[in-house]
Amino acid sequence: MFRFPSCRRKVIPGFGLSLGFTLFYLGLIVIIPLAATFLKSAELDWSEFRATVGSPRVMASYRLSFGASLAAALVNGVFGFLTAWVLVRYSFPGRRIVDALVDLPFALPTAVAGIALTTIYAETGWMGQWMKEVGIKAAFSPLGIMIALIFVGLPFVVRTIQPVLEDLDAELEEVAASLGASRFKTITKVVFPSVFPALITGIALAFARGVGEYGSVVFISGNMPMKTEITPLLIITKLEQYDTAGATAIAVVMLVISFVLLLLINLLQAGYAGRRA
Amino acid sequence: MNIEVRNIEKRYGSFTALGDVSHVFESGKLSALLGPSGSGKTTLLRIIAGLENADQGQVLFGCEDASHRHARYRGVGFVFQHYALFRHMTVFENIAFGLRVKARSQRPSRSEIRKKVERLLKLVQLDWLGGRMPSELPGGQRQRVALARALAVEPRLLLLDEPFGALDANVRSELRQWLRRLHDEIHVTSIFVTHDVEEALEVSDQVVVMNAGKIEQSGSPDEVYDHPASPFVYRFLGHANIFQVAGGSSLYVRPHDFDVFGEHFPGAIAAQVLGCRSVGAIGRIDLQPNNGGDPLQVETDKNSMRSMQVVEGKTLYIRPRASKQYTAAAEI
Ligand SMILES: Nc1ncnc2c1ncn2[C@@H]1O[C@H](COP(=O)(O)OP(=O)(O)OP(=O)(O)O)[C@@H](O)[C@H]1O
Ligand SMILES: [Mg+2]
Repeated sequence: MFRFPSCRRKVIPGFGLSLGFTLFYLGLIVIIPLAATFLKSAELDWSEFRATVGSPRVMASYRLSFGASLAAALVNGVFGFLTAWVLVRYSFPGRRIVDALVDLPFALPTAVAGIALTTIYAETGWMGQWMKEVGIKAAFSPLGIMIALIFVGLPFVVRTIQPVLEDLDAELEEVAASLGASRFKTITKVVFPSVFPALITGIALAFARGVGEYGSVVFISGNMPMKTEITPLLIITKLEQYDTAGATAIAVVMLVISFVLLLLINLLQAGYAGRRA
Repeated sequence: MNIEVRNIEKRYGSFTALGDVSHVFESGKLSALLGPSGSGKTTLLRIIAGLENADQGQVLFGCEDASHRHARYRGVGFVFQHYALFRHMTVFENIAFGLRVKARSQRPSRSEIRKKVERLLKLVQLDWLGGRMPSELPGGQRQRVALARALAVEPRLLLLDEPFGALDANVRSELRQWLRRLHDEIHVTSIFVTHDVEEALEVSDQVVVMNAGKIEQSGSPDEVYDHPASPFVYRFLGHANIFQVAGGSSLYVRPHDFDVFGEHFPGAIAAQVLGCRSVGAIGRIDLQPNNGGDPLQVETDKNSMRSMQVVEGKTLYIRPRASKQYTAAAEI
C-alpha cells in the first residue's frame, strides 16, 4: 500500500506525470478534507486545544481505540494468516463458501454487524451466556469492542495474504524439503518470511480500519465514558453538541497518531524489503 | 551407490506420464535424461527425489528401497530450472540452509558451517559473492548458488532438472562444461534432465532417451548416437533423411553422412539444389532427388560447397556414406 517509489523504478517512463497525478488525486481525495479538519481545529487556541484533547475522558478513549485496534489487528494477523493458509493450501468441500464468507464483513452494513454481535455476546446471548459462566464479560466491555474490530478487520488480513501465498513457488518448499528441512522449519524459514511483508500490510490495514470503525462498535461497547467509549463516538458526541472545533481537535490528534503509526509500519516493511532486494 | 527405478508407473487421470520405466543409474556417473517436451523426464526425476509418488514401482538407493521415504530423508539434492533460491536470504544463507535446518544433534557448529559454505562458494567459483542477495546475481551465478546449496548437505544423489534451460546460449555451454569438470572433481551420482541433444551428448557419461513415458534407449553418448535403437531416437538426435527401400523398410541417413560430388559419380544419385546456406564452417544444402522422393538435407564443409559452386537449380550427385536401416514395424 503506502509504498514510496523506489529509485530503481526511475527507468520507467512517465514518472513525473504519474507522480503529479498521484499527488493531485491524493490532494483532492485525502489531503484537502484533512487540511480542512486541521483548519477547523485551529479555531481553538492552544490552551483550549490542550484542554479538549487532554481531558481524561478523551485520553481514555484514545487508549481504548488504539489499544483495541492494535490488539484486534494482531489477533487478525494470526488467525487471518491461518485462514488464508487453509483457503490456499487445502481443498475441502465448501471451500468456495468459506472463501466468500471472508468478504462478508466488507459488505455488511457495520450497524448490522454490531447488532448481531451484541445479540450473540450479550449476557443472555448464545456466546455471552457461556462466557459469563467462566467469568468473562464480552458485550459492553473492551473485549466486546475487540470482538467487533476483529470481525471487521479479518478480510483485510486474509485478502492481502491470500494472493501472495497463492503465488508462492511450490519449488521453494520442495527444495527446503529435499535439503532436509522439516515441515515446521520450511514454514517458519521459507514460507513465512515470503509472506511477512503482506502480513504486515494486512495488519496495518486492519488496524487502520479498526481505529476508524464506528458502526459495529457503538452497539457492543455500551459506550460508558472512561471505560468503553471509543474516540469516533466522542467525536460524534461533540458534533451533536455543535462543538465542531472540539470534535475536529480530537480527530486531528487521532489522525496524527494514526499517520505516525502507519508510517512506522511502512518503514519497518521497507527495511525488510530493502534487506531482501 | 547405484540408483535404480523399477517398473515405475505414473498416471494423471487417464493420461500415462510414465509407463513401466526401469533403469539403473550407475554410481558416480553423470547421466542425462533426454527427451522431447512431455516425455516424462521431470516426472521421473521428481519421483526419484520423492517429490512425487509413483502409482507403481520402486525406487532403490543401492539395495535400500526408498519408494516410501519422504523427500526429506532421501539425501537427494535437487536443482530446479528456475533456481528456486530463497529470495529473502543472502547467497551464504541459501547455501547454509540445509546445514542450519538439521536436527540439533547433527547440526555442525557455526564455525563449521561457515567453513563449509566458504568451501562450497569456492567450489562454484563465487567466493566473493556470499553477502549478496540472489536477486543481484545473473542467472548463471544463481544456478551455481543453487548447485552449491544442494551440495552442502552432501547428497547421495544430485538431480538437476534442465539446470541451464533458462540461460542464454553462451552461458549455457560454458556452464555445462563447468558442470562436467565439477562432476569429475566430486563424483556424486548425478542425473540431469535436458531436451538439448548437444548438451546431453557433450556432458554426460550415460544418455537415457525418453519418449512418451517410456525409455527408448540408454547407453554412452557414442553408443546412442552411433546406434540409435529406434527411428524415434534417430530422429530425435539429429536430422534424418529417409529413403524407402525394397521390402517396406527405410534407410536413415544423417545430413553429414553423404559424399557430395559436382559431377556424375558411380553409385551416386542426382539431385537438384533447392537452396543452400552456410552455418559457421558447415555448408548445408537442401536437395530434391531427380527420381522423386522427399527433399533431402545434406551437409558438407563450406569450402567444398564453394569449390563446387553450389547454387539453386544446380544438379549435384550424392552418395550415402553410412546409413541405418529400420523395418516398417519399428517406425510406428
Ligand atoms: N501434475 C500434473 N497433472 C497432470 N498432468 C501432468 C502433471 N505433471 C505432469 N503432467 C503431464 O505429464 C507429462 C509428462 O510431464 P513432464 O513434466 O514429466 O515432462 P517433461 O519431459 O519434463 O517435459 P518438459 O521438457 O516440457 O519439461 C506431460 O504431458 C504433462 O502434461
Ligand atoms: Mg520437465
